[in-house]
Amino acid sequence: MERMPKVTHHYLRTKKEFPNVWCAGCGIGIVLGAIIRAIDKLKLSRDEVVMISGIGCSSRMPVYVDFNTLHTTHGRPLAFGTGVKLAKPSLKVIIITGDGDALAIGGNHFIHACRRNIDLTTILINNQTYGMTGGQFAPTTPFMKMGTTAPYGNRERAFDIAKLSIAAGAPFVARGTVYHVVQLEKLVEQALLKNGFSLLEVISHCHTLYGRLNKEGGPVEMMKWQKQHAIPISAAGKVPPEKLRGKFLTGVLWDIEFPEYCEEYDKVIAEAQGNA
Amino acid sequence: MMADQEVRLMQGNTACAEGAIAAGARFFGGYPITPSTEIAEYLARRLPKVGGKFIQMEDEIASMAAIIGASVAGVKSMTATSGPGFSLMQENIGYAYMAEVPCVIVDVQRGGPSTGLPTKVSQSDTMQARWGTHGDYQAIALGPSSVRECFDLTVRAFNLSEKYRTPVVVLMDEVLAHMREKVTFPDPSEIRVINRMKPTVPPEWYEHFEINPHFVSPMASFGEGYRYNVTGLTHNPSGFPTSRPVAIKAKLDKLKNKITNNISDIVEVREELMEDANVAVFAYGIVARAARQAVRMARDKRMKVGLIQPLTIWPFPDVYMERILEQLDLVLVAELNQGQLVGEVNRVNQGRTRVRGLNRYDSELITPEQIFRKVREEK
Repeated sequence: MERMPKVTHHYLRTKKEFPNVWCAGCGIGIVLGAIIRAIDKLKLSRDEVVMISGIGCSSRMPVYVDFNTLHTTHGRPLAFGTGVKLAKPSLKVIIITGDGDALAIGGNHFIHACRRNIDLTTILINNQTYGMTGGQFAPTTPFMKMGTTAPYGNRERAFDIAKLSIAAGAPFVARGTVYHVVQLEKLVEQALLKNGFSLLEVISHCHTLYGRLNKEGGPVEMMKWQKQHAIPISAAGKVPPEKLRGKFLTGVLWDIEFPEYCEEYDKVIAEAQGNA
Repeated sequence: MMADQEVRLMQGNTACAEGAIAAGARFFGGYPITPSTEIAEYLARRLPKVGGKFIQMEDEIASMAAIIGASVAGVKSMTATSGPGFSLMQENIGYAYMAEVPCVIVDVQRGGPSTGLPTKVSQSDTMQARWGTHGDYQAIALGPSSVRECFDLTVRAFNLSEKYRTPVVVLMDEVLAHMREKVTFPDPSEIRVINRMKPTVPPEWYEHFEINPHFVSPMASFGEGYRYNVTGLTHNPSGFPTSRPVAIKAKLDKLKNKITNNISDIVEVREELMEDANVAVFAYGIVARAARQAVRMARDKRMKVGLIQPLTIWPFPDVYMERILEQLDLVLVAELNQGQLVGEVNRVNQGRTRVRGLNRYDSELITPEQIFRKVREEK
């Protein structure tokens, strides 16, 4: 445990913006820790890393880290990131987004980023609610769960983020939780190494709003729920189908090869200049 | 490919695209929309030839986001659209004002509101270019009236954008965009290109939104060793969100002052036959061409009529107008909308002289005869 705070501090803007905006017990800080440790392990330089976010609790992450950071408009970080990465492909672009940011207001950008396959490492923190605005239902809120704008229970279906991403063409799709932090760090590392668009969904919790409205307890109870409902994809084949009901798979769910857009565009330039 | 002093037959959209290349633009993000599409089509082919990048985004919101991202990464960037797309871009145009990101937005105006008249001429986005996004900000918009000016003012749009770290709008229209004219382009060596100021301080001293006497901060690009934060939240000079009233006011004053302290550099007005004029026709863009002809018709009848053609639409040429209004008995503001710039002329005029509007919004151009008749009626 002694090593970890040191590593983390090296990548934080320690004098600038602390304390942070997140509630005590929030899962977003766990994701931040996993990202920093993965970056440190991969020895990425702080100058080459760009962290881009939209709007929401998770999207407040970039302001705390000592990288090139871009806190954009609601739902648009993937579109901003597309411009940054294509303009300067040598940069390592990490997108931090939430479920409302990526899938409601940013849904169009999300499916097209999956399809276009620009090398953006996208970390989508899914807490099943709109936290920053106060607990409204999100496109990820399960059927009949409560939100401040669903006082009689949410009558919509939730997105399955992994299936959506795969169907939209993302070549790398993974899922982790803030409970399984060792696995999470490895998944971030794998997502960063993927040459192409990678989507890592991180199941987190909002005990302050969602947990209270749905009587799911505090952060400890909600993380226990993650522990009890996550099934590693490596073990899924051994679990009888009835035991998979209501559970979710974790690990690398999808990993295929497809030409990366910036590399393809270099070929376009070569062809246009008669050097193909 | 353009040779020195080459004479070409070219449409406004193509000239605009060539102006962008000449100004150093190497990134275009856009979404097809009539009547601006030829800009995207032309640049899709042209940009990679000069090592630039073109990307067709999923919508105009994303297009605007992508060009801001590219600019922050250090590449001069542009998008082109028309009214409906311009509306969608407003969210991120506001971000570019707030985050002080240089970029150029070409709006080839067509009839509105809404889907309106995709293939018909209009100047009804004039006010949208000024007040399209929410909040307090100073807009810069330029209005070309010929194919050659589409080239020149696109170059100028980039120069102003880089110099003042702000988005700049080029207000074209459907007729100008599709009209083909004989154009003589300047020798590339004669084109003045301005690039954004870079920091000279070491990274640990760098403030991305530093408040200095010019109110324009030097701009490092991502990946150059200056690790800074950019946000659309109201921020302090370091780029971190702030809720301190003093810092909030300082930021908003910075956005205002960097433009309003440089009006004489930004505002450009072309006047013709104004020395002895007691009547002026005020018109920009395609309408200025009809106005020029109408002025000649009036002069043939020995009427002392002149032309005021703002090349900079925003900021509005208040200083010039305050001076010129003193000598005039009548200003006729001709525009392809129900009356947008006429309100600005009235605001400056403060009752000094008579101001009349000539407005057409039936999808047709204002003709020289119409303007001439109106001048004769009102005089």
